[in-house]
Amino acid sequence: MAGWRRWLRPGDSVMVVLGAAVCVWSALAMWRGGAPESALIRAGGTLVAEVALTRAQVIEVAGPLGTTRIEIAPGRARVASDPGPRQYCVRQGWLERAGAVAICDYDSLNY
Amino acid sequence: MTPSTIELVPAAEDRRIARHAAAAIVLTVAEAAIPLPLPGVKPGLANIVTLVVLARWGWREAVWVALLRVFAGSLLLGQFLAPGFFLSLSGAIASLLMLGLAMHLPQRWFGPVSHSILAAFAHIGAQLVVARLWLVPHDGVFYLMPVFAAAAVVFGLGNGLVAARLLHELGRARAPAGKSPER
Repeated sequence: MAGWRRWLRPGDSVMVVLGAAVCVWSALAMWRGGAPESALIRAGGTLVAEVALTRAQVIEVAGPLGTTRIEIAPGRARVASDPGPRQYCVRQGWLERAGAVAICDYDSLNY
Repeated sequence: MTPSTIELVPAAEDRRIARHAAAAIVLTVAEAAIPLPLPGVKPGLANIVTLVVLARWGWREAVWVALLRVFAGSLLLGQFLAPGFFLSLSGAIASLLMLGLAMHLPQRWFGPVSHSILAAFAHIGAQLVVARLWLVPHDGVFYLMPVFAAAAVVFGLGNGLVAARLLHELGRARAPAGKSPER
């Protein structure tokens, strides 16, 4: 194997490293696996807040029935409590994938 | 009525192109027998011939050899005008254009390995664009980009090393005899 190294000129090694860098970059860019970056909170069709999923925090949003508490954690979000009767959005649990939705429509609040 | 005959006299250059194209076609057909993990990921051994021709005989001959190889190779494999043919052709055109630029890099620093890797990236780039625009009109094709990029580095390096060694051997075989290079 070492014998083959003599066919490499200095710039060739740089080219191999650059090529490997493109591989790593494309893998990081393309294979993020739908990891979410932020949570969009909507109420009555309008955007109330866009929260980055970087640090843990609790956000309270006022709706017609009362206050909804949304818990944000690094990389995920959930509806911790909601004043609605059926608790659909609370039962949805943690939302961890990009595009996941929890809806408590009777309170016109979506997350 | 006297029968008119048209006589085509192949020049030395034509014979050389035909010989190199034949070598490239043989490699293409042989390579088709290798099972591939993913469509489109293959070593591209015929490009070794293109690299050698580029270094010894220039870009114009390399274009002839590469395009003859794409056309004849696809005819032999029953792929002519099938999607695979257009992917092959677009990849070959892009890599030839890249080789046209790369051959002007300082030779002291950049040899066949650099040419090979750059051409391999141009090849996968063109194929991904054609696949995205025509065959799979969805951004999902780019999901395969890291695999293709890894293949471009590995096979580009391998083919480039073989081409560099071949060029060395061919140069050495020619030097003592002092004959005009024929292969």
